[in-house]
Amino acid sequence: MKNFKKLLALSLIVLFAFGILTGCGGNTANSGGGSDTPSQTEAKGKIGLVISTLNNPFFVTLKEGAEEKAAQLGYELVVLDSQDDSSKELSNVEDVLQQGIDVLLINPVDSDAVVNAVKLANDKNIPVITLDRSASGGDVKVHIASDNVAGGKMAAEFIIQQLNGKGKVVQLQGIPGTSAARDRGKGFEEAIKASEIEIIASQPADFDRQKGLSVMENILQAQPEIDAVFCQNDEMALGALQAIEAAGREGILVVGFDATDDAVKAVEEGKLAATIAQMPEAIGSLGVEYAHKVISGEQVPEYIPVDLKLVTK
Amino acid sequence: MNHTNLIARNRAVHNVLLKLRSVIGLLLLSAILSILSPRFLTYSNLLNVLRQTSLNAIIAVGMTFVILTGGIDLSVGSILAFSSAIAASMAHNNFSATIAILTGLLIGLLLGLINGLIVTQGNVPPFIATLAMMTMARGATLVYSNGQPITGLGEGFYLIGNGYIGQIPIPVIITIGVLLIAYYVLSQTRTGRYIYAVGSNENAAKLTGINIKMVKTLVYAISGFTAALSGIIITSRLNSAPPTAGSGAELDAIAAVVLGGTSLAGGEGHIAGTFIGALIIGVLNNGLNLLNVSSYYQQFVKGVVILIAVLLDRRKS
Repeated sequence: MKNFKKLLALSLIVLFAFGILTGCGGNTANSGGGSDTPSQTEAKGKIGLVISTLNNPFFVTLKEGAEEKAAQLGYELVVLDSQDDSSKELSNVEDVLQQGIDVLLINPVDSDAVVNAVKLANDKNIPVITLDRSASGGDVKVHIASDNVAGGKMAAEFIIQQLNGKGKVVQLQGIPGTSAARDRGKGFEEAIKASEIEIIASQPADFDRQKGLSVMENILQAQPEIDAVFCQNDEMALGALQAIEAAGREGILVVGFDATDDAVKAVEEGKLAATIAQMPEAIGSLGVEYAHKVISGEQVPEYIPVDLKLVTK
Repeated sequence: MNHTNLIARNRAVHNVLLKLRSVIGLLLLSAILSILSPRFLTYSNLLNVLRQTSLNAIIAVGMTFVILTGGIDLSVGSILAFSSAIAASMAHNNFSATIAILTGLLIGLLLGLINGLIVTQGNVPPFIATLAMMTMARGATLVYSNGQPITGLGEGFYLIGNGYIGQIPIPVIITIGVLLIAYYVLSQTRTGRYIYAVGSNENAAKLTGINIKMVKTLVYAISGFTAALSGIIITSRLNSAPPTAGSGAELDAIAAVVLGGTSLAGGEGHIAGTFIGALIIGVLNNGLNLLNVSSYYQQFVKGVVILIAVLLDRRKS
C-alpha cells in the first residue's frame, strides 16, 4: 500500500514533467542538441558561454545572437546559465573548462565576483572574453559591451529635448550595486544636472516589472507633479506605465532602456515615449566572432564598444 | 495572596502585549511615516498600500496554513509564475478570461498538491520538497515562456487586478474574502483544529486518530492555490506574465507570517496576525518609496525589521 502511494506520487511528478516537455516542444527544438551530438559535423572548435541569467529576455537574445554566429562559423557553443548567482557562475566556469573549450565567453553576474572565475581560465590558458559586464581583474582578451553611461546620457538628452529643458523627472533604478544600474544612472544624472530639470525621486525597482509597478504607484502618491520617468530597463518602464495608466495621470513621458520586444511594441503604440536599444544580439554575435579571431591568432583590441540607439515612434 | 494576583495580572498584561505586538508595530511604523511624509496618511495612498499588500497577503494566508503545521513552502513564487504563465498564454490564445483564470488556479492547486504528496508520501522534509518544486516550477516557467514575458491578454483579464467595486479595488476585496474564509476554516472547523493539532504535537495528533498525511497534503494544496491566485492578480495588474514574476515572494510571505506572530515551529498563530504582518511589509515598502530613501539603505532597513521580528519570535518561545 505504502509502495503504491509512493508510486502514485512519483508518477504524478513524471506526468508533471512530461506535461511541461510536451507543452513547449516547439521552443526547445534547436537549443538542446549542442552537447549531445558533438560528432555530427566536424566543429572547428568549442566555445563556452557562461551567461549571467536566462531569466531575462535581454540575455536570451544575447545567447541567440551567439548561437546563430557560432552555427554560421561552424563552432560548437556550450551555454551555461549562472542564474544571477556568482557562486553558480564560478562552478559553471569550472565545469565548462572541463569540457575542453577553446575560448571562454563570460557575461559576469558581478564585475568583482567574476575575477576568480577569470583567473581559473587564465590558469588553464583558455582566453577569456567578457560580454556586457566587465571583469575587475584577471586577464581578459576582449571586453564587448554597449556603453551604458552613453545610453543613460542619451535618455537624458531625449527627455531634456522633449520637456524643453524644464521639468521634474523620476528615475527608477536597477538592482543596487550592479554596474548597469550604476552606469546608466551616472550618464543620466550627469546630463540632467547640466540642465534645469530636477530629479525629484530616484528609487530602486530591481529591473523588475512587478516592482516597477508598485514603486511607481508609491512615487505617484508622493509626487503630484511628474513630467517624465526614466527607467533603467524596459521591464520597470512597462510596470511604471501600468501604474501611471491605472492612476489616470496623463502627460508623463516614460523612457525605458534595452528595447525588448514588449517595449518596442509599447513605443509603436505611443505608450512608451522612447527606449534605448542595446543590441544584445550584436553583443552575442560579436562575442563569437572575436572568439574566432582569438582562436585564429589574430590581434584584437581590448574593448569593443557596441552601438546604442534611441528608439522612438 | 496579593502577590500572586499581581503576578497573574502582570502575565495577563504581558500576554495581551505579546498578542498585540504586531498591531503596535504597525501603528508605530504608520505614525512615524505620517509624521515624516504628509502624503502617507491620505485616502488614495492607504488604498494604494492595501492594493499592493493584497498580493503578498494572499500568498501569506496559504503560507500560514503550512507554517501552522510546522512546515514551510518555498515554492510559492515559482508556482505563482508558472500558473500565471499558463493562464496568460491561454488568455493570449483567445480562451475566455474565466477559463484561463480557473485553469491557472487549478494548476496552482495541483502543484501544491504535488508538494503535499512529496512531503507526506515521499517523507521528504518540507524545506527540501518545496525547494525542489521552487526550482522545477521556475524552470518550467522559463521553458514554457522561452524566457519572454507573455502579453496581450485582452480585456476580460484586466478587471480582476485593476477593477473596482464601489471605491474598493477588486484585489483588496478578494484579499478580504480569502482572509475571512481562512479565518473561518482555522477557527471554526474541525479541519482547522486538526491543522493546529498537527503543528503543536504531531504524535499526539496521530494518536487521537487525525489523518496527519491528509491534513498536511491539504495545507500545501491551499498554499499552491493562494500563490496562483496572487499570480493571476499580478498578471492582470501588469497585463503580462513575466517569467520572473514572484521571485522572492516566498521570503515576503514568510516574513509576513512571522511578523504576524505565527511560530515557525507550528501549532501557534492566527490569520489576523498574518494580515497585520503583510501590512507592515507593505507600509514599509510604501514609506521607503514616499520618503525617497536611497536604494542602499532600503535593503538594510528591511533586513532590520525582519531581524527584530524573528528575535521577538524567539523571545516568545
